[in-house]
Amino acid sequence: MTGRIVAFILERSYLVLAMVFIYLPVVVLVLFSFQDGVLPVPPFDGPSLRWYDKLLGNERVLSALSNSVLVAVVSAFVTTVLGYLAAYGLSRSPPRFPGAARFLLIAPITVSYLIIGMGLLTTFNVLGIAKSLLAVGIGHVVINLPLAFAIIYSQMNESHRNIDAAAHDLGAGDLRTMLQISVPMMRVPLLAAFCLSATLSWDEFIIAFLLSRFDVTLPVIIFEMLRAGLTPEVNAAGTIVFAISLIVILSAAVALLARRKEPA
Amino acid sequence: MSLVELSGLTKTYGAVVALEHVTLSIEQGQFVVLLGPSGSGKTTLLSILGGFTKPTSGRVMIAGRDVTTMLPAHRPTATVFQDYALFPHMTVRSNVAFGLATRGVARAERQQRADDMLATVGLAGLGDRRIHHLSGGQRQRVALARAMIVEPAVLLLDEPLGALDLKIRQQMQEELVELQRRVAMTFVHVTHDQEEAMNVADVIVVLNKGRIEDQGSPERVYSRPSSVFSATFMGDSNIVTGKVVVCDEGHSRVETPLGSLRVKGESTVGEQVHICLRPEHIQVGATGDSGTTCLGEAVVEDVVFQGTRRRCHVHLADVALRLLLPPHQNPAKGDTVALHVHATDLVLLHD
Repeated sequence: MTGRIVAFILERSYLVLAMVFIYLPVVVLVLFSFQDGVLPVPPFDGPSLRWYDKLLGNERVLSALSNSVLVAVVSAFVTTVLGYLAAYGLSRSPPRFPGAARFLLIAPITVSYLIIGMGLLTTFNVLGIAKSLLAVGIGHVVINLPLAFAIIYSQMNESHRNIDAAAHDLGAGDLRTMLQISVPMMRVPLLAAFCLSATLSWDEFIIAFLLSRFDVTLPVIIFEMLRAGLTPEVNAAGTIVFAISLIVILSAAVALLARRKEPA
Repeated sequence: MSLVELSGLTKTYGAVVALEHVTLSIEQGQFVVLLGPSGSGKTTLLSILGGFTKPTSGRVMIAGRDVTTMLPAHRPTATVFQDYALFPHMTVRSNVAFGLATRGVARAERQQRADDMLATVGLAGLGDRRIHHLSGGQRQRVALARAMIVEPAVLLLDEPLGALDLKIRQQMQEELVELQRRVAMTFVHVTHDQEEAMNVADVIVVLNKGRIEDQGSPERVYSRPSSVFSATFMGDSNIVTGKVVVCDEGHSRVETPLGSLRVKGESTVGEQVHICLRPEHIQVGATGDSGTTCLGEAVVEDVVFQGTRRRCHVHLADVALRLLLPPHQNPAKGDTVALHVHATDLVLLHD
C-alpha cells in the first residue's frame, strides 16, 4: 500500500518536474513582459503594458513585424505549392527510383540551418542576389520544403490516384484535374503544410540573420535588442512571436479537427 | 465490323506476362463479362481498353478508330472503378455532371442532365447529397451515372459489385442488366465471380494466365466448355483423363478409369484427352433414364443437404466424383449406388 502511494507520488512529481522544465522558460518570458520595472527579474511588480506600448511605438520593430509576416506567408505559400507539386508528380508518375527521389527530397531536413544558411550565402553571392527579405524567403522555402513535401506526400494514396484517373477518363485535362479534383481533396494536408511552414519561418533566426541586411525580421530584431541588454521589452517582443505562433497552430488544429469529423 | 476489335494484345511487366496475344471482338449492345481468377489478366485487359495501360504490342480499335495510343480523356470509353473513385468533396450532382463540365456543357443543362441520369439509376432527388452520406450501393449507382452521362461507346466496369454485400450485389446484378438493356450501351464487365458472370453476361470471355480460354454465351461456355480450365472455373466439373482408342464419325471412344466412354468430338487415336462430367449430370439409381450409359457402382463418401439439392461425394474405381442429386434422393454414407450419364452430356477436352 505504502509502496503504491510512494510510486504514485514519484510518478506525479516526475510529471510535474518535466512540465516545469518544458514550460517554465516560456512562462517566465511571458510573465516578465508585463513587468513594471526596468529589469525582467524577480520580484514581479505589475502587471503593466508599458513595455508593449514602448515596443509597438518602435518603428523598426513594427516594420520587422510586417516583414516577418510577409516572409512567413509568402515563403509558406511557395513551400506548399512546391511540396504539393513534388508529391503530386512523385505519386502520379513515379520515376524509376521513387524511393531515392523521396529520400533526396526529405533528407535536407537533417542538415543544420547554419550549414544551409552559409551555403545559400555563397550561392546568392555567386548568383548576384543581394542580402534581402527575398533571400530570407528563399532560404525559408529551402528549409521547410522537406517537411511540407513529407506531410503532403503521406496523404496521397491509391484512392487519390484512382480519383485522378476517373477525372481524366471523364475528359478533364491535367490542369483541371489538379485544380478541381486533387487540390480540393488535399486541402487538409495542404493547410497543415502551410501553417507549419509559416510558423517555422515566423520564428526562424539563423537564416534570417545571415541573409538579411536592411530589412530584417522580428527574430533578428530581438537578437539585436538582446545584445543591447536584457529588458522587459525583449520579453514583450518574444511574447508576441510566441503568441502568434500559438494562434496559427491552434487555429490550424481546430480547422483540421473540424474537418476530420466528416468522414472521407 | 465489330464495335471493339482487339488484336494481338500483349502486355508484359518485365519478365511477367500479364496478357499474351489476346484477340477479341465485341459487338454493339453486348454485355460482355471478362471472367477469370486474380492474375488472369482481366483487369489489365480492361485497363488497356480504357486507355490507362499501354499494351506492349497489339492494337485496340473502337468504332472503327485505332485508339491504341489515345489518352482515356479522348477515348469513347468511360470506366466505373472498383472503389468507385467518386470525388469526395463534391455533391452527387456535381460528380455526375463532371464529365459534361469538361465537355463545356452549360451549367443549367448539365445539372438537368445529371438529375435525369440520377433518376435513370434510381437516385432521383439525391443530387444535393454529399458522397460520404451515401451507402455502398448508392455510391455504386453514382459511379455508374457519372460514367454513363458522357455517352461512351463502351462502358467499362472493373469489378463494380465486389465491395457490396451478397444481397445488394444480386440486386445490382439484375439492375445492371435491366439498365444495360434500357440504354442499349455496350458494357464490358470484369469479375472473378462465375455466378455473377452468368447472371449478367450476353458473352462470357474466360481468361487464364493472360490468355483467352473460352468465349461464348454463358450457356455454351457452361455446357460445352472448350478447355479444362474453363470447365472447372465456370461451375464445378469432374474431370477424368483417358486415352483415345477409336475415332470415327465425329465421335471418340476414350479409355478412362471409369471405363470406355464414347464422346462427341474429334481426336486422334492414342491422344491423351480429358472428359468433363458436370456433377448434376450424373444420375444415381438401379437404372438411369433411357439412353444413359452406366458408369458402374460407386461407394458414397458423404452427403450434404443444400436445400434445392444434395451434394454428394462418391468413389468409383479410385476416382473421386462430385454429384448434385435432387433432394428426394438421399443415399447414405457407405451405400453402393449405380451411376449413369447421358453420353451427350460428356464434353471432350484437349490439353
